[in-house]
Amino acid sequence: MITFLIFLAILLAVTAIVQMLSIYDLTSVIKGRKAFEVTEKENKTQAFLWLIFVPSYFIFILWQYLVWGKYMLPESASVHGEKIDGLFATTWSIIIPVFIITHSLLAYFCFKYVYNKDRKASFFAHNNKLELAWTVIPSLTLATLILYGLKTWNSVMSPIPDEADKVTIELFARQFDWTARYAGEDEKLGRSHFRLIKGFNALGVDSSDANAHDDILVKGEFHLPVNKPVEFVFRSQDVIHSAYMPHFRAQMNCVPGMATLFNFIPRYTTAEMKQKTNNENFDYILLCNKICGAAHYNMQMKIIVESEEDYNKWLSSQKRFLASN
Amino acid sequence: MSTTHEEHSHHEQSFITKYVFSQDHKMIAKQFLITGFLMGFIGMMMSVLFRLQLGWPGESFPILTFLLGENWAPDGVLTPDKYLALVTIHGTIMVFFLLTAGLSGTFSNLLIPLQLGARDMASGFLNMLSYWFFFLSSIIMLISLGVEGGPASAGWTIYPPLSALPQAIPGSGLGMTLWLVSMAIFIVSSLLGSLNYIVTILNLRTKGMKMTRMPLTIWAFLITAILGVLTFPVLLSAALLLIFDRSFETSFYLSDIVVAGTALDFNGGSPILFEHLFWFLGHPEVYIVLLPSLGLTSEIISVNARKPIFGYRAMIGSMLTIAFISIIVWGHHMFVTGMNPFLGAVFTFTTLLVAIPSAVKVFNYLTTLWKGNIRFTPAMLFAVGLISTFISGGLTGLILGDSALDINVHDTYFVVGHFHIVMGLSAVFGMYAGAYHWFPKLFGRMMNHNLGKAHFWLTITSVYGVFLPMHFIGLAGVPRRYYSNSAFPLFDSFIDLNEIVSAFAILAAFAQVLFFINFVYSALRGPKATQNPWDSNTLEWTTPVEHIHGNWPGEIPAVHRWPYDYSKPGAASDFIPQTVPLSEYEKDEGH
Ligand code: HEM
Ligand SMILES: [Cu+2]
Ligand SMILES: [Cu+2]
Repeated sequence: MITFLIFLAILLAVTAIVQMLSIYDLTSVIKGRKAFEVTEKENKTQAFLWLIFVPSYFIFILWQYLVWGKYMLPESASVHGEKIDGLFATTWSIIIPVFIITHSLLAYFCFKYVYNKDRKASFFAHNNKLELAWTVIPSLTLATLILYGLKTWNSVMSPIPDEADKVTIELFARQFDWTARYAGEDEKLGRSHFRLIKGFNALGVDSSDANAHDDILVKGEFHLPVNKPVEFVFRSQDVIHSAYMPHFRAQMNCVPGMATLFNFIPRYTTAEMKQKTNNENFDYILLCNKICGAAHYNMQMKIIVESEEDYNKWLSSQKRFLASN
Repeated sequence: MSTTHEEHSHHEQSFITKYVFSQDHKMIAKQFLITGFLMGFIGMMMSVLFRLQLGWPGESFPILTFLLGENWAPDGVLTPDKYLALVTIHGTIMVFFLLTAGLSGTFSNLLIPLQLGARDMASGFLNMLSYWFFFLSSIIMLISLGVEGGPASAGWTIYPPLSALPQAIPGSGLGMTLWLVSMAIFIVSSLLGSLNYIVTILNLRTKGMKMTRMPLTIWAFLITAILGVLTFPVLLSAALLLIFDRSFETSFYLSDIVVAGTALDFNGGSPILFEHLFWFLGHPEVYIVLLPSLGLTSEIISVNARKPIFGYRAMIGSMLTIAFISIIVWGHHMFVTGMNPFLGAVFTFTTLLVAIPSAVKVFNYLTTLWKGNIRFTPAMLFAVGLISTFISGGLTGLILGDSALDINVHDTYFVVGHFHIVMGLSAVFGMYAGAYHWFPKLFGRMMNHNLGKAHFWLTITSVYGVFLPMHFIGLAGVPRRYYSNSAFPLFDSFIDLNEIVSAFAILAAFAQVLFFINFVYSALRGPKATQNPWDSNTLEWTTPVEHIHGNWPGEIPAVHRWPYDYSKPGAASDFIPQTVPLSEYEKDEGH
């Protein structure tokens, strides 16, 4: 019934518009107006609309910033993330003025140079100096951005020095959950092979490898020590997933058939971040950020950053791989 | 040439050869336009349907069950599988069917012969084939919606292994096979079209139509066609290898896979290879979508500002540069695939370079408006709208192209906001601008201005309402292709913003109905057009309003000047068509 009514309403609306169109056409014929003509008044209205549209557009953005800006990601919880945030800020400081200036010019020109039959447009077809200027200025700006960007990228992607004291964790993805594997005391992850993946051995860890015996597998949540480099190894058993940890400005794809790497140093514990964000329920998360099937939207794991002491306590309370079999 | 055309126009054509299997470029243009718009309409409706789910997750909308059936939306709620199916087909339709075939197919076909002074395209037969292949691929894509398991659901980028394994997702069964078949046929259509455009532009220009006198529309079509010919075959090969992996157990893209509890025998392949092949087309594709719109609006802005386009040569140069750079930046979609960081650095460098020619284009547009004498026809409104979207969307590209920043925004809603504005909206605005501007040429009648203006203002308001908030949502870390954001307490703050986005999406869809009504009504009953309604310089406005085979009743006019002599000092009127010889006092500026 409701569907029928909706259809009826749509039908009526369409008929009304069509009727209005034919009446409009008829009256313009009577008034002797040409169908393609845009009258002076109409032009002025449109020009004026541009003049108010552009500021409204700015206000719309500003309003969103004021209302939802506070829900953006808080300051970076990793060391390299601070560099990324700095680059972000610089890039925005270029984008925003350019955006405002070009849009203001657009609105102003539309308003100022609206059609007037007594005026002729200026025949201004090219000007080498101007064109050179707006090739060179963007080039210089971009050169700066590129250099700054590459410097940041290189430092973010550089591996942890071999001699450094670090934690190694494998994040293993499958439809639709995550498993974290810690290397244990020997700081070496045991070998694994996809053919060994069976119910109880979800990662296909090779138990004949001595390095594997003290490995620790956890689900649901995993812990990180604060201020210590963490090296992540990512793998997937089925389709591509992506390990995304937005608070740490960290992301890396998990690709079946290969291992990928990323590392960072957590900077604030979960407790500290709860305070910083003024949110008792705050938690770091790992989420899947590459389309992987029906439950892609709910493939997550909680991350807890704590003092090294608490971290060690937590880790020693977890089962070793060999013991769990 | 002109004698054969005499014979042609006299013999009677049957309905079939005139309207269905037509070889006339003007009819083929109309076929592309209408098919493209219909596909676009379907694609848009899909976005409205999945926006219902995103705006009000889990709430029951009987209309979903009504339109999609019990299987897709039991009790008025879309299932997660079918959410992904809709997103995938929406993206595919919009990028390829509406904005590649629909856009290039319409305006390249219509304008290349008309603006260059040719009787028709170089090969009318190939041109007809190009349309019918496109039609066939559209039909197959639509049929795939109804098959067991649903259509392809791995995203429009169809990354394997998700797209390769029917065990991984129901849409990777027959639906995916049909997607691949449809796209293979689509690519054939696109290649036939592009080759035809290139040959026609290079060979069939009328007397006096030097390359440097071609309107920017034609330059844009030429560069687009070349880009398509260079890159679409790579997508075709990517699709073929995927078909092999899917059906013949090869391992181009697959290795070490355990799915649904079973280890599969694939060994040695890499999904990353597919990503390289895909994006080798995929990135240039956004310019294949965008460049024709930039060409159309360059023309429309110049005509309606009654002023020569500023920096004609710089405009051509920047299009060539953009096209060239676009072939060497594909890796920016793969910064976080584990690629060598050095390679990432190279791709950051090339990607950010694109900003230079893009900035030149924007400044040239603005300067064209400066001291113009601007008439706001609906076409002009959309053209100016394109300048706005091109700026708004282009600037956020500086963030996504920078590998270090992309780490945190890759695959979030920030990307969705960015590419919809810079590619989706710009290309759609250009297409609408073109449709309004050349409607008199296509259908011999005029569209209604008032509806056109209402259409424009409603559209630009609502689409910005849809896509701007996505930037904020994305900066908070919300991933794209999520069925619902309710699984994360972190994202609850955006419930209301997501509702606003969805409400604007519904409004945007309604705004398009205004266009639809205007289009159909005007094509059938709109006021008759005059020969040159916009006082334009280009050649298409020297042909009669009624379409005739061969375009010009007599000789093809010769060309004596470039197309942008608007408001030339000393001239009596504010435009001088290309067919008017230079007068004594005019000096030849080398155009
Ligand atoms: C009313 C108009 C439109 C609305 C409301 C809309 C909305 C959306 C939304 C919300 C998504 C993201 C869904 C998700 O990630 O879960 C999406 C995806 C997409 N849209 Fe649109 N869109 C519209 C028009 C267009 C146009 C004109 C284009 C042309 C370029 C386009 C191309 C795409 C593509 C390529 C995707 C990505 C699909 C994928 O993730 O595989 N859309 N659209
Ligand atoms: Cu996943
Ligand atoms: Cu790209």
